[in-house]
Amino acid sequence: MPDKTDTSTEPKSAVSLVELTKKFGDFFAVDHISFEVAEGEIFGLIGPNGAGKSTAIKMLTTLLPPTSGTATVAGCDIIREAGEVRRKIGYVPQLLSADGSLTGYENMLLSARLYGIPRQQQAPRILDALGIMGLADYADHLVSRYSGGMIRRLEIALSMLHRPAVLFMDEPTSGLDPAAREAVWDHISELRRRFHTTIIVTSHYMEEVEALCHRVALIARGRIAAIGTPAELKSSIGPDATLDDVFEALVDASETETERSYGDVRRARRAARQHG
Amino acid sequence: MATLDGHAGQQDNTADIGSEPQSVRYITAVFGVTAAEVQKLRHDPLELFTRAVQPVLWLLLFGEVMARVRGLSPENVSYLDFLAPGILAQSALFVAIFYGISAIWERDLGILHRYLVSPAPRSALVLGKAISAGIRALSQAIIVYILAFFVGVGIDFSPLNILGVAAIIVLGSGLFATLSLIIACLVKTRERFMGIGQVLTMPIFFASNAIYPISLMPAWLRTVSQLNPLTYEVDVLRALMLKSGASAYGLPFDFAVLAGTLVVLVAIAARLYPRMAV
Repeated sequence: MPDKTDTSTEPKSAVSLVELTKKFGDFFAVDHISFEVAEGEIFGLIGPNGAGKSTAIKMLTTLLPPTSGTATVAGCDIIREAGEVRRKIGYVPQLLSADGSLTGYENMLLSARLYGIPRQQQAPRILDALGIMGLADYADHLVSRYSGGMIRRLEIALSMLHRPAVLFMDEPTSGLDPAAREAVWDHISELRRRFHTTIIVTSHYMEEVEALCHRVALIARGRIAAIGTPAELKSSIGPDATLDDVFEALVDASETETERSYGDVRRARRAARQHG
Repeated sequence: MATLDGHAGQQDNTADIGSEPQSVRYITAVFGVTAAEVQKLRHDPLELFTRAVQPVLWLLLFGEVMARVRGLSPENVSYLDFLAPGILAQSALFVAIFYGISAIWERDLGILHRYLVSPAPRSALVLGKAISAGIRALSQAIIVYILAFFVGVGIDFSPLNILGVAAIIVLGSGLFATLSLIIACLVKTRERFMGIGQVLTMPIFFASNAIYPISLMPAWLRTVSQLNPLTYEVDVLRALMLKSGASAYGLPFDFAVLAGTLVVLVAIAARLYPRMAV
């Protein structure tokens, strides 16, 4: 944004992608994607497996260099200012990344040290974060004895320790039972309320996305098939459409569009399915 | 921005992080990685002692038999005395050279990604891992010292020498662990790594002065040995661990070779480490 005044009434964008692209060989995993996420927004990325959501997040978190295009995250360029971006973001990866052979507290302490949180602030912040996530009583238990939901909550606590401006979460609720999923989302909303964190989240659960995300981008085959509020996306399909319908309609459309490039294999597979 | 819940310390944000000098943050990151590894060992120390088998076999079986061969060790040094520091270096090497497997493990679990999205300098992460491997290898020193004492090796127990041995074990093992990490970054899978690890260990071990003096070697192998960091590690260990010990190259030179190699390897590993996330 060219506007540099602090009193701007326009919401500043926390994340801005400009033609962001990742190619693996001849395959475009992420194909010239551009969009903006406003400060304080919860932004959902949905799409089928392999659509490019995780690849996009890996580029935004500086884990993967883009093939072309770029993005700014919290005002810093992901290529030129990768170190500064890392200082300002939190990341909850798809895999359960907390170390099972350490206790919850030790995991937190490791993160505090990696993020250079001053010594005297480490313990209070860790205890505070564990408290918010409802893990205070389990601080000294080995993480290998935590349930899936507890590990997720610990990871959210880990990723929030340095109060990131932007938090990336890759399928934070996958594999959790409904109660644990709800708890995770409650905590996510709570964090946003308290710290005004911008949150970019991928998910396969449409009802969650609908309930919690301000805006959603549907990614299919590395491109944005649709972007808008959940209500906007639904009304583009029909009066009684659900987000699931949107998902199916747009994913199908993007598949027929690129049908030709995939050609015979897909046709053959579809034919096989039709003929039993 | 005022917070509604009245918690103390809620209002601080990212601004106060990174307020400390870069050097402090660097050391904090190295220390954080190392401390986490030490905590893991405390939770599960059994692993350290399952590694005791190899040095036992080398000292008790190989050592006792080879002690009957004349000319394997310098005059007035018994072969067991000559062998003990070599076996210490070797068992530390074996711990270190497979250290990369834990990096692959962390990659598969997603733990690695947590390290790499943090602002900690890559070389601090690598150095922290190297020192952790060194600390792990110290357990081998305890085992070898106890064994060597019981088979009658003339050990120098002066505290300064023991401290020096500990430092060299951490340095030498850190060096080979970093080499191992570099290989892990290149091959990325456990299967390929195991193959290469096996292929590397034996040449590093045999093309060194660990179990025989390099004066017995053909000229070409002697040259290889003199390029092998393990040779300088063993040279220091012989000088510090044994009452009868003396260094062939001089302790400052040994130390410089080991420290210099570690710095170079850490720099290379720091470049390659982010590739693991891909």
